[in-house]
Amino acid sequence: MVRTSTMVLNGNLTVQMNQTILQNRKQRKNGHVNGEKRTNFPAAKGVSCRQYSPESFEQAPMYVAVLTYLGFGIVTLFGYFRDFLRAVGLEKCHLAQEREEQKEFVPMYQDFENFYTRNLYMRVRDNWNRPICSLPGPAFDLMERVSDDYNWTFRLTGKTIENVINMGSYNYLGFAENNEDFLKTVADKTLQYGVGVCSSRQEVGNLSSHEELERLVADFLGVESAMTFGMGFATNSMNIPALVSKGCLILSDELNHTSLILGARLSGATIRVFKHNNMHSLEKMLRDAVCSGQPRTHRPWRKILIMVEGIYSMEGSVARLPEIVALKKKYKAYLYLDEAHSIGAVGPTGRGVTELFRLNPADVDVMMGTFTKSFGAAGGYIAGNKELVNYLRSHSHSAVYATAMCPPVVEQIIRAMKCIMGVDGNTVGIQRIRQLAENTRYFRSRLKEMGFIIYGNDSSPVVPILLYMPGKVVAFSRAMLARKIGVVVVGFPATPITEARARFCLSAAHTRAMLDKVGRAPGAHARTRAEYMSTRAKCMNTHATYMSTHTSLTHTKYIDAKYIVTHTTCINKHIQCIDKHSSFTHTTR
Amino acid sequence: KLCICCICLGLYNNKNRKEKRKTKMASGQQWVLVEMVQAFYEAPAYHLILEGILILWIIRLLFSKTYKLQETNKLTEKEKEELIEEWQPDPLVPLVSKDHPSLSYDIVTGPPSHKIIINGKECINFASFNFLGLLDNDRVKQKALTSLKTYGVGTCGPRGFYGTFDVHLELESRLAKFMKTEEAIIYSYGFATIASAIPAYSKRGDIVFVDEAACFSIQKGLQASRSVIKYFKHNDMEDLDRLLKEQQLEDHKNPRKAKVTRRFIVVEGLYMNTADICPLPELVKMKYKYKVRIFLEESLSFGVLGEHGRGVTEHFGVNIDDIDLISANMENAIASIGGFCCGRSFVIDHQRLSGQGYCFSASLPPMLAAAAIEALDIMEEDPDIFTVLREKCTSVYHALQGTSGLKLVGVPLSPSLHLQLERSSGSRDTDQRTLRRIVDYVSLREVALTIARYLEKEERYLPPPTIRVLVTVEQTDEEIQKAVSCIKEAALAVIS
Repeated sequence: MVRTSTMVLNGNLTVQMNQTILQNRKQRKNGHVNGEKRTNFPAAKGVSCRQYSPESFEQAPMYVAVLTYLGFGIVTLFGYFRDFLRAVGLEKCHLAQEREEQKEFVPMYQDFENFYTRNLYMRVRDNWNRPICSLPGPAFDLMERVSDDYNWTFRLTGKTIENVINMGSYNYLGFAENNEDFLKTVADKTLQYGVGVCSSRQEVGNLSSHEELERLVADFLGVESAMTFGMGFATNSMNIPALVSKGCLILSDELNHTSLILGARLSGATIRVFKHNNMHSLEKMLRDAVCSGQPRTHRPWRKILIMVEGIYSMEGSVARLPEIVALKKKYKAYLYLDEAHSIGAVGPTGRGVTELFRLNPADVDVMMGTFTKSFGAAGGYIAGNKELVNYLRSHSHSAVYATAMCPPVVEQIIRAMKCIMGVDGNTVGIQRIRQLAENTRYFRSRLKEMGFIIYGNDSSPVVPILLYMPGKVVAFSRAMLARKIGVVVVGFPATPITEARARFCLSAAHTRAMLDKVGRAPGAHARTRAEYMSTRAKCMNTHATYMSTHTSLTHTKYIDAKYIVTHTTCINKHIQCIDKHSSFTHTTR
Repeated sequence: KLCICCICLGLYNNKNRKEKRKTKMASGQQWVLVEMVQAFYEAPAYHLILEGILILWIIRLLFSKTYKLQETNKLTEKEKEELIEEWQPDPLVPLVSKDHPSLSYDIVTGPPSHKIIINGKECINFASFNFLGLLDNDRVKQKALTSLKTYGVGTCGPRGFYGTFDVHLELESRLAKFMKTEEAIIYSYGFATIASAIPAYSKRGDIVFVDEAACFSIQKGLQASRSVIKYFKHNDMEDLDRLLKEQQLEDHKNPRKAKVTRRFIVVEGLYMNTADICPLPELVKMKYKYKVRIFLEESLSFGVLGEHGRGVTEHFGVNIDDIDLISANMENAIASIGGFCCGRSFVIDHQRLSGQGYCFSASLPPMLAAAAIEALDIMEEDPDIFTVLREKCTSVYHALQGTSGLKLVGVPLSPSLHLQLERSSGSRDTDQRTLRRIVDYVSLREVALTIARYLEKEERYLPPPTIRVLVTVEQTDEEIQKAVSCIKEAALAVIS
């Protein structure tokens, strides 16, 4: 069943991509008579639409980009102006200064490195690192802080802002919880073991619970074997160097997480970057790499590793895994899939993107993921076949040099994973997965209705909404906080300069009322746009009917008075319509 | 084609020249140009046409691509398919043989505290970095439990995005206070601390002077920084001086470059690989002499050296402000998870936007931070604990002297000592196996030791194979005696 669906998919992809890679395969698999083929396509398309629930990356209008650049231009100019004022001593510089004794040393930071921090980030710093003082559940308590010197320093007032809806934490399945009944085993482990391990896995830090966890992870993912590590970031950065080295090629998606990039860099392999989720770009690189080998020496590459993420945390997009797997197989490359955000969060039973696409997990050579997000714990895993895991056990940097994962955290992961798997017949886990999918669907459609430009895949619980202008980003975050909603906003340099955004992370623990509240909050802002959109749509419809009447009239060959009258009214109405339309465009946005 | 043309042209020119020579001889040399024009007029039409064609031909030859190099090199689609078909990559990972020494781990059941159950056998623990015995401390556990009840386990986010908890802020200010520095910053993983801190400051083109014996996380940090790295001999200040002098000469040659090249010395307080203390006072002198900044890794010395456990700065009485950055993990003496950096705000604050392991990783679970705070409380309340540890270290150090066949590596104050084979067999594998036999021998007598593990191919300077002996305050005098006699017995039995 799985096979056939991928086959159909493959056949269809070629059409979508209009590309040669799978041409042969398509002919083999869909290779019936022409007529039959045609009838096949709509069906195939149906499957694919469900599979690749559409991913939208709507382009912003030109004027938005211009205004965004203008915004950045203005703050940069102000930055230079204030730097000038500081240089002549008219403005006090609040930044910590070098010690007198070390003034003659080579400066620790180059001036331009700090320009951005000093002049842009400092103005808006209150939107990040907001301290919280409760569980990071669906709602949390923020510690109120104020700044008396325009964000150079913060002072905690001692008050808390209670019950802020949490749209920022990666608590996809709501396992960040402090219910004592749920946490009983974790508490027991804490009392029994304490919180540390004080040794590395290869020395004497290999607890039996680590081994238990690893078996469970392998079971959960449906692979042969797995190994776990104490930090998600380090899982990437300390294990990729064990897998590839000089003479190997890494093909990395341009939006890959820093940890993947760091790991790739530490490995010493050659790194090439393909366009985000762009299969043309990936295939071209694969083809070039296999055909022309290493630069200069032209020796064949020792191996090629494709690195992608399941869900990209800033875009909300999902890796086009079926196509990547097909390419990987064709070019004999290996696939490293980072499921930090997707494990637990997508797929009918939370097994991540492989399940979402109904792929065989064995098709992915290295399955990596973290426990920080869906499992409400810390750490990461690498899973795959036995050879891979055995190799990592003996060669992973983390296994040799880093302290093993702490026992209470291990227990939390085991607890959460068993819950998701429905061990001992509970249905809490599966309910949460469904709830998350439901919340995602609801919230995304809600935002779309309101006319926001949102990025990403329809099934991704990461929902970025594009705000573009730097001033707007900050105002949005502050306004949301004033309405007791905590959101994450990101701008340049974390995103391209014209694509600053706010990000909502949905959780199974969010109630409908919470989501409605969040939906209403930016409503005032959104309404005008939504109104505009709907009017525009109406306008367009009217326009279209007129056009069709018009054409039908033109085609009747008799030109009589009736025709001329209708024609004129038609054109008049048309003009009215266009007027209305353009007035809307100019005012309402 | 070109050749033939050249020959044609050559012949033709020769003929021409001969004709010209004749005319030259007739009317003197200064008239050459006139003669040529004349000859042009006189020449028959067919001659001119031929010459014209030849000139055009030459021009064509000059400007046309004669050899279409790229076209001949370009692969056809078919060839490409063949290449793709033929290419066989290496396997993703080489096969690990079943008896690889680091493939099968020892399994620990139950907490690895004072007593440890390794592979089902209960032993006295001389193998964990639990120097102050805080792993098993009830106060720490209770504090962690209270925190668990409020905050749950994970933080579900990096520090920037609602992953900053009040506990983190408290721990940071407590660490800063404990170390008497302006600011501290915590990481969620000990290894990532110095490995993230170094590349936050040292960039491409900067120069880092590092001790050869530097631990692996320093090496990874250096690699990530892409700076120029100069290794000096372990604890050899003369060698460092030599390197710094060389650099000074270099700087004189290129003062413009020197003005923007940051330099750092990276050392460990108490070396993980050699159990030596770094000569900090001399390093500080060098720092001011050559204007180099010092980064100090104190994972082993923090909570161990010094009267109040503040580490190697306190041990030597060096002003902590003279050290630009101190990094340590909280996984040894503190017996929790994570690490921290401390120093002046001018330095430390930079990591809040540039420390990769800080910005891009989920923050430390609050219960682990709370446990670390409690551990700091205990350390502050009872500085005697450090005296006890020092005494135990010294007694173990002296007791282990003169073990036949084994050499004790380290200084008396170090709680993490190494036992190295006096005479190596020449093969690392054999040595490892010998040491492993000693470890197995003592474990039968209920003493747990471990072999120090390294990635042999990855280490810059691979330390010789050793057995770790880790001293903690929990070990009683009798236990120490027992362990020492066991080790001596094992050495006799295995080596001779």
